[in-house]
Amino acid sequence: MPHTKNALSFTLHLADTALILAQRNGEWCAHGPILEQDIAITNITLDLIGQARNFYQYAARLHEANENAVTEDSLAYLRTEGQFKNLLICELPNGDWAQTILRQFFFSTFQMLLFEKMKQSNNTQWVAIAEKSIKETHYHVKWSSEWVIRLGDGTTESHDRITKALDTLWMYTGEFFIPASYEMIEVTALKNEWMNKVKEVFDEATLTIPENVFMQTGGKNGVHTENLGFVLTELQYLQRVFPGAEW
Amino acid sequence: MEIYNLEKAFQEKIDKEIKIEPKDWMPEAYRKTNLRQISQHAHSEIVGMLPEGNWISRAPSLKRKAILIAKVQDEAGHGLYLYSSAETLGTSREQMIDDLHSGKAKYSSIFNYPTLTWADMGAVGWLVDGAAILNQVMLCRTSYGPYARAMVRICKEESFHQRQGFDALLVLSKGTEEQKAMCQDAINRWWWPSLMMFGPKDSESTNSDQSMKWKIKRKTNDELRQNFVDMIAEQIKLLGMTLPDPDLKWNEAKKQYDFGEINWDEFWNVVKGNGPCNKQRIAARRKAHEEGEWVRAAALAYAEKKQLRTKAKVA
Repeated sequence: MPHTKNALSFTLHLADTALILAQRNGEWCAHGPILEQDIAITNITLDLIGQARNFYQYAARLHEANENAVTEDSLAYLRTEGQFKNLLICELPNGDWAQTILRQFFFSTFQMLLFEKMKQSNNTQWVAIAEKSIKETHYHVKWSSEWVIRLGDGTTESHDRITKALDTLWMYTGEFFIPASYEMIEVTALKNEWMNKVKEVFDEATLTIPENVFMQTGGKNGVHTENLGFVLTELQYLQRVFPGAEW
Repeated sequence: MEIYNLEKAFQEKIDKEIKIEPKDWMPEAYRKTNLRQISQHAHSEIVGMLPEGNWISRAPSLKRKAILIAKVQDEAGHGLYLYSSAETLGTSREQMIDDLHSGKAKYSSIFNYPTLTWADMGAVGWLVDGAAILNQVMLCRTSYGPYARAMVRICKEESFHQRQGFDALLVLSKGTEEQKAMCQDAINRWWWPSLMMFGPKDSESTNSDQSMKWKIKRKTNDELRQNFVDMIAEQIKLLGMTLPDPDLKWNEAKKQYDFGEINWDEFWNVVKGNGPCNKQRIAARRKAHEEGEWVRAAALAYAEKKQLRTKAKVA
């Protein structure tokens, strides 16, 4: 059934994306620049883990017809780099606070638009997950937008740092809107609105959207940056060392 | 009023179980003792995030990962309430953090031990949080109002942590041979340091008498330690594991457990900075603080700009 196969791939893409970004953001926990913000980024990490679990659990059910042993954990812990379908931007190292913030802003703004669209799909599971998650995503957008503005319009140093982060990250934003064959939401159509939202925040942050940048892609189809292997090595270590154990 | 009368009135309030509030008169030593204790407690929450934060990326299931993240985040929250409580005594959070980084202020020595396996997440929850709770339950009734109120909130979350820790160990204790060994090993390593969390023996404890009189503390170190041993010696039976103390034995006459002597030499060495992770813990806190400097500066600069713009608009 190609329809189920596409639904599975797309669900895994959404789950992997949330999980890998959570894995990265989680690195900030206990190391944030100020206690309140340590709590905030950790909160976002928790929200993303929650989303990942919802999508993985649904993906496991889509599998069930032919495979019994598939669970949220087997999907997260026992697939390899080439099987992961997350967006490349999620697997990049955190860099400094500016890079982490800017990535969150780009991603959450996109995710908000995506979930809005998902709410109108005819897949009831996606609708349910999107409805639950979008409230959190609105907060992620608000929080990260405020920080982009603060850093862009803060000090010379913060402006320089976020400009550098922009230079690093921009080439990974095109992938949001380049559809994979399995993608069941028309992501190309979200681009204009995303650009408008970014422009609005950038204007206030005194930042400029780069032009004519060649966009990186591949994550949705399992072709990743060199970073993902390291992320998965840490993530999956215990499940790999002790196969079949319950935790 | 003369100092003598003020002190008398203060002690009367304490004896009548009336909470002391920030604006009330209090002896300087009472203020200092509370400030030292509350800030030390706040620092412990923050430093304590490090050994557990270590395992977030490696948690063995998504459920365990979510629980662990939530737990470490709770600790950050506890740190916040406690710093706020301590600030009511007239010292800023910034100053307290500087004192932590310079080594002037202490934090619980337990966090100078390393978390080496996943089972340590369970053992820390069960033993370390378990020991902390006994102290904290007592502190819910401490005489300084802001501290007591912070502790009420904290205790609710801590008992959840302890249950989660025990639950993680219970799963390991019923797992594969390797998991059982991991569980026992973690208990072996965390048991004695947990007993040390209650501090020196009553006979060696310098601040104890006055703190009891002022009802900052309501039980002595040795009393709390005994309560802890009695509780854990029973709970471990459910895990089918053992505690690493050949002298641990039920004493029918005393209706409590006898237990072996703590290695006080190790205790004092870890307090003095010679534990396995003292240097790494402070280095990690300093690094986060220093690398966050430009972020805090940017937030401040932006807030000031915004305020100026608002003023300009109004004018």
